[in-house]
Amino acid sequence: MPKQPAETETEVTGGAMPPGNDRRSLRDMLTSVPQQYDPAMQDQIVGSHHTLESVTAQIADVALRRPVSLGWVISMFVSLTLLALMIVSVTYLILEGVGIWGVNVPVGWGVGILSFVWWIGIGHAGTLISAILLLLHQNWRTSINRFAEAMTLMAVMCAGLYPLLHVGRHQYVYWMLPWPNSMGLWPQFRSPLIWDVFAVSTYFTVSLVFWYIGLVPDLATMRDRAKPVWLKKFIGFFALGWRNSTRHWSRYNAAYLILAGLSTPLVLSVHTTVSWDFAAGIVPGWHGTIFPQYFVAGAVYAGFAMVINLGIPLRSFFRMKDLITMKHLENCGKFMCITGNIVFYGYLMEIFTAWYSGVVFDKYLTFDNRMYGPYAWSFWLLIFCNGIFIQLIWFKKVRTSIWGLYIVALVVNAAMWLERLVLIPFSLTRDFLPSSWHMYYPSFWDYATFAGTLGLFFTLFFIFVRLLPVISIAEMRELVHHEHHVDEMGANDPELIGGLKV
Amino acid sequence: METTQASSIHGIVAEFSNSNTLKAAARKVRDSGYKKTDAYTPFPLEGLSESLGVRDKWVPFIMLMAGFVGSVSGYTLALWAMGIALPLNIAGKPTNSWPLFIPPTFEMTVLTSAIVGVVSMFALNGLPMPYHPVFNTPNFDRASTDRFFLSIEAEDALFDEEGTMAFMNTLGADNVSVVEK
Repeated sequence: MPKQPAETETEVTGGAMPPGNDRRSLRDMLTSVPQQYDPAMQDQIVGSHHTLESVTAQIADVALRRPVSLGWVISMFVSLTLLALMIVSVTYLILEGVGIWGVNVPVGWGVGILSFVWWIGIGHAGTLISAILLLLHQNWRTSINRFAEAMTLMAVMCAGLYPLLHVGRHQYVYWMLPWPNSMGLWPQFRSPLIWDVFAVSTYFTVSLVFWYIGLVPDLATMRDRAKPVWLKKFIGFFALGWRNSTRHWSRYNAAYLILAGLSTPLVLSVHTTVSWDFAAGIVPGWHGTIFPQYFVAGAVYAGFAMVINLGIPLRSFFRMKDLITMKHLENCGKFMCITGNIVFYGYLMEIFTAWYSGVVFDKYLTFDNRMYGPYAWSFWLLIFCNGIFIQLIWFKKVRTSIWGLYIVALVVNAAMWLERLVLIPFSLTRDFLPSSWHMYYPSFWDYATFAGTLGLFFTLFFIFVRLLPVISIAEMRELVHHEHHVDEMGANDPELIGGLKV
Repeated sequence: METTQASSIHGIVAEFSNSNTLKAAARKVRDSGYKKTDAYTPFPLEGLSESLGVRDKWVPFIMLMAGFVGSVSGYTLALWAMGIALPLNIAGKPTNSWPLFIPPTFEMTVLTSAIVGVVSMFALNGLPMPYHPVFNTPNFDRASTDRFFLSIEAEDALFDEEGTMAFMNTLGADNVSVVEK
């Protein structure tokens, strides 16, 4: 809009717009006294009092200026304690072998594998938010993509540990890679287990690259804002000398967009491949064509639940309620609602297919073992959590209440762990021959390793929130610029103000 | 005259507080025939690269080629390992069981394209480059917060310190400065 004499982006415009008050005149909005964050502001994705300067300062200063708080120290202490537990359990595992876990014959895949699947699933929301929502022009993704991507990386690290630990002979871990070895052996490319090696390692690498290039402009911002010279140099090293040049930005945007396009099928491929680990086997309860679809849906479901579980404390500890607003949390809740119901549909279809196929083993597994067998409690608890409890999210009251969302998300995370427990080890307890049936009891070390990976995850996460911008600063500036721009055009053309609502 | 001056200065940089003024200025600079120009903005400003006449399509092309190389090498790896290095009969499947080689092929495509794409993006941008003369511009640390900068470099064929300075002063900038190397 060249005819506009001045842009309002460097000034404070308007007050916070209360929900449902769209009829308030534009002049009022533009001239009213700037307000601080208004908790009633639910429909906005960034507080309207924000400017380029304020949004930059607020995010960068968490890492640069804010002193270490007691809450952070306590959280870090708890995480490090759990991490120590992981080190102990992994050391013991390497010394003694996988016999310290509760796995047996026929239940060769226990808590280790189910935790692998759970962690991989958690990792899915990050890439979905950063790639798919970017391609779909959902700007609300902007303030949650950075920490969701970090969450992805950390979750995939935790997941990646399990196959390495589970092989038993840890010195031969590299046999999983297509790497020439003295035995002349090569990995079996016809096996989903090797596809998994490719999928998970590619997923980790591409997510890391995606996360890093997103960080480069923000590191440059941090470099420019840092006071001590050594800190400037230290951050500057990782910022690669980024100088916000337009020539750079245009190549950067092209690379970022194509990377998002590549990540979109990638994220769908990862949990699909994980599900093939099961679906390609003939074990009753595993051998279903619905697996890829509902594994992917389940992954996104658990991932958004984790975004909510991490985002709610994050915005409150670092006073970012005007950057991560109720709108973001509600949208995550909506995603949980959709994907959760796809997962529930998956359960129902599994039951239907078992009945409709007429295969005696599938029917036995579903109707006799899962529903009324020794582990019936886990199946019915799962149906309750993922089938009935999740329906609460349909209610706007629940979706827009912090505690409501937090509790639902917590239940979802637990339920997704339970789902894999029902699916993976409990299906193995009773296969074709009753003579080979065996119960499965996870041992102390199973739980200790899992708790340990939680420690690893949270340790890395707490380090991340202290040292790096938890929200993409450059993208937030773009968003603030865009919002004010629409505001400004709206001042001439009342029709356009509708475009402000996201 | 030009030899002594051109070697000691990097160029002339104008500072703007308003993105629309910057965009208009960029168009004028382009229309005046300057080629060695650049703008520095806190976020990718929509339409600015067009206003400045920046056009570089290498990154998408390189990523496409890298993806192609990745997919061919992924498939070849699987076929070579299963057909030549370690031919095993698995459930009577043919040597070239192509549907089963698609997942590793796909992952290799994405992996190669992503890594090569990002590396080449930084390489084409000349990064990493810890020092650049434009950092000497007064107030330049706010290019990453809320200021917009436009530069004409001394290497440009049309550059002449006084004339370019006079031209830059007409663009509506808050501040125009000569930047030393």
